[in-house]
Amino acid sequence: MSVIQLSVNGERFSVEAEADTPVLWVLRDILHLTGTRFGCGQGLCGACTVHLDGMPVRSCSLPVGSVGNKKITTIEGISAESLHPVQEAWIAEQVPQCGYCQSGQIMSAVALLRDNPNPDDEAIDAAMQGNICRCGTYQRIRQAIKSAAENR
Amino acid sequence: MTSSFSTIQRRTFLKQAGMAGSALIIGVYTGSCTPEEPEGQIRAFRPGIDDLPEGVSLGPFVTIDPEKGVTLMAHRPDMGQGTFLSVPLIIAEELGIHPNQVNIKKAPGDAKYGSQGVGGSASIRSMWEPMRKVGATARALLIGAAAQKWNIPAEECYVKAGSVWKRGSDEKLTFGELAALAATLPVPENPPLKDASEFEFIGKNIPNPSNPAKITGTADFAMDVHRPGMVYASVERAPFGGSIKRIDDREARAVPGVEAIVPVKRPVDKHTFEGVAVVASNYWAALKGRKALQIEWNEPEVKYDSETILALCHSKATGEAGSSVITAGNTAQAFAAADKTLDLVYEAPFAAHAAMEPQNVVVEIGDDTCEIWIGNQFPQGLRKEAADFLEMDPEKVQVHVAFMGGGFGRKSQTDVAMEALAIAKNVNKPVKLIWTREDDIQQSSLRPPTVNRLKGGIDAAGKLISLEHVVSGPSLAYGLWGMHNPERVPGFLVEPMGEHLYEVPNFRAGYNLVDVDPVPIIWWRSVYASTNTFGHECFIDELAELAGKDPFDFRMQMMANNPRYTALMEKLREVSGWDNPLPEGKARGVAVAKSFESTAGHVVEVTRDATGKIVVEKVYSVVDCGLAIQPNNIKAQVEGSIVMGLGAAIKPAITLKDGKVVESNFHNYPVLRIHETPVMEIHIMENDEHPTGIGEPALPPLAPALANALYVLTGERQRKLPVDLS
Ligand code: FES
Ligand code: FES
Repeated sequence: MSVIQLSVNGERFSVEAEADTPVLWVLRDILHLTGTRFGCGQGLCGACTVHLDGMPVRSCSLPVGSVGNKKITTIEGISAESLHPVQEAWIAEQVPQCGYCQSGQIMSAVALLRDNPNPDDEAIDAAMQGNICRCGTYQRIRQAIKSAAENR
Repeated sequence: MTSSFSTIQRRTFLKQAGMAGSALIIGVYTGSCTPEEPEGQIRAFRPGIDDLPEGVSLGPFVTIDPEKGVTLMAHRPDMGQGTFLSVPLIIAEELGIHPNQVNIKKAPGDAKYGSQGVGGSASIRSMWEPMRKVGATARALLIGAAAQKWNIPAEECYVKAGSVWKRGSDEKLTFGELAALAATLPVPENPPLKDASEFEFIGKNIPNPSNPAKITGTADFAMDVHRPGMVYASVERAPFGGSIKRIDDREARAVPGVEAIVPVKRPVDKHTFEGVAVVASNYWAALKGRKALQIEWNEPEVKYDSETILALCHSKATGEAGSSVITAGNTAQAFAAADKTLDLVYEAPFAAHAAMEPQNVVVEIGDDTCEIWIGNQFPQGLRKEAADFLEMDPEKVQVHVAFMGGGFGRKSQTDVAMEALAIAKNVNKPVKLIWTREDDIQQSSLRPPTVNRLKGGIDAAGKLISLEHVVSGPSLAYGLWGMHNPERVPGFLVEPMGEHLYEVPNFRAGYNLVDVDPVPIIWWRSVYASTNTFGHECFIDELAELAGKDPFDFRMQMMANNPRYTALMEKLREVSGWDNPLPEGKARGVAVAKSFESTAGHVVEVTRDATGKIVVEKVYSVVDCGLAIQPNNIKAQVEGSIVMGLGAAIKPAITLKDGKVVESNFHNYPVLRIHETPVMEIHIMENDEHPTGIGEPALPPLAPALANALYVLTGERQRKLPVDLS
């Protein structure tokens, strides 16, 4: 066990964990930030997506010991005061079905829109194809990203 | 210290994620601590799933509190199909309050709610009348209370927006003010139901109150539950039908955090499977410990390859007539008299459910109590099974029903919870059991494959006069309960032939059993309808060609006597522009099916991209599920069915080698992703018929509509799923 310093959603934490523990389990089980979901554990589904210094990463495949000073942002961190515009668009389009994948979808979409305020279908496909939704909410995700882009 | 590997020092923060009435407090607990939980440590924010309504109860579903307002219990577990809103909404409609003005709570598993099972697209179909009655009864009681208070006849009162009003005045009493008195009044037996013209919320798009929680990460899935003193478990499992021969756990025990190694049995319907659980103070340690286990298994006697199973299905299909399940007229005579006949075989493979939320559960066994937190489709069955296992009164077993991160039939089973209970009983601590994705794909029960043999005969006028559809494959009646009587084959095995859309004077649906024990099988979104419709609707297209008819015309002439089916097909023909030719390089196909009492038709458009790969561009759908309660949710379910049906049609199947599932995760069991998703245009038939379900019925016709389109594009018939588009 080592004591590891982490910055999550603008807060400093010190956690005791093995350095190879994926950030996903540190978030969920130590920090109880359970909005970040476990879907595959192999970087294949995107359910665990968080931001590392603003970049979307798969927290299931990111050892906590490798994070260093980089800042982690989770679904809980993108809407401290009020809903993020992407979340508002998700509500307006009634995107979720079971909802399980949606934290990861939203984290990927937030990163996409920050880098590309007006993504076309191709850009949406490129940014979002790492995120699986088994319920099949893709058409609404696409629409919600477009309406979030319009409403900025 | 409870949660194992952590001590956290950090500033206290409190954050409200309270939206649309789902106020959840996220933060550090700084109040009094249990002895195990030192001050300042983050602890359970939601000690469990909150399933206790507060206030005066007007029956099990409706509770009213003067301050907290109306609480409605959502008793049908929600796996994404929308029952969290759609079922309570029916109560709210009759009660006279906006569904967004009530608190909706997920009911625990309890017989007082009546059947709680979700499956077979049955919730709306079966709950429509009972839930109206629940709402109307509560309304009558509240009106009775108001009438008594005002000393006027009940007829002079009406409900609106959560209050009872005096007709012709603006005097009102809120439900909260009336609840205590209402609860003392005699319950009316047949309270009047609203007329459809009075519906305020049914048929409108009501925002789903679970969405704010689902987009902020605060929706409560079972995996989010944390209990003081809880340990984590991961299980290495024997191949289906195998057993433990020898365990060497020395290395596993040496992994920091590992607390116990527990051999466990897991009852899966009629089977019992074995495994070895690694229990640790944190999940990562449990996984590492599991990797370090050395286990020797006694190999199962039967070790199937999926190819062998499919070959068995084929040999039955071509060699045996099968049990007759549905018969009309005399097919043999009609074939002899037919002008032209066709005899073909279609194949659909094993499939996994692969819900995004892998199987998981939290269990806590007390001296004389047990609590289970789980997303499960049949919580009452689990309650009973757990009580039997623990030798406890079922009343002492609490099954808290979490949201399910997808279910699709897999979460109708109790095996995951029973496995966790066996572990918890052994280690005497609350246990969180999480299956890995690999476990979920390789150890879960599967959708059975089927091979469908179809024979058709058409007369000189091109009319289908004789049709036989024989299904050969594993039986869920046999696979789950060990039941098979060739004289009395259950209709679901030949689903959806029991709801055949076409009038064919001579018709026979038959079935041949293929035993796949010990491979476990289970319901999968539309189950047999998903595999059987593929053969059926592809065959209908092949017959249309043989008859020299347009696929729409050929189908529609066989439904001419049914105005509902005809209207749906006319609508589909119109919205898809079926009669307008497509540009060069594009093609379309149609298929339609009725299953679970709802009808769905799709027109699928395909094209080739620059690399020669075939792309599914667009799907037009029309569905008829009676009165549309939540149109937006109906469309969502159709979208989901298209995406899942298309994935099953074009992505690699589940295969078995030496009795084990070969595929393990989304790299070799890929599911549909956003860039592969066609544009979907969905239409709902408007009518006032009894509402029926829509979680499944739009899935079965997708694969055959695609295959029929591919034939037009490529000239090649596709008679086996999955198809290859590259
Ligand atoms: S859980 Fe991390 S990508 Fe699937
Ligand atoms: S909403 Fe269920 S997996 Fe995406």
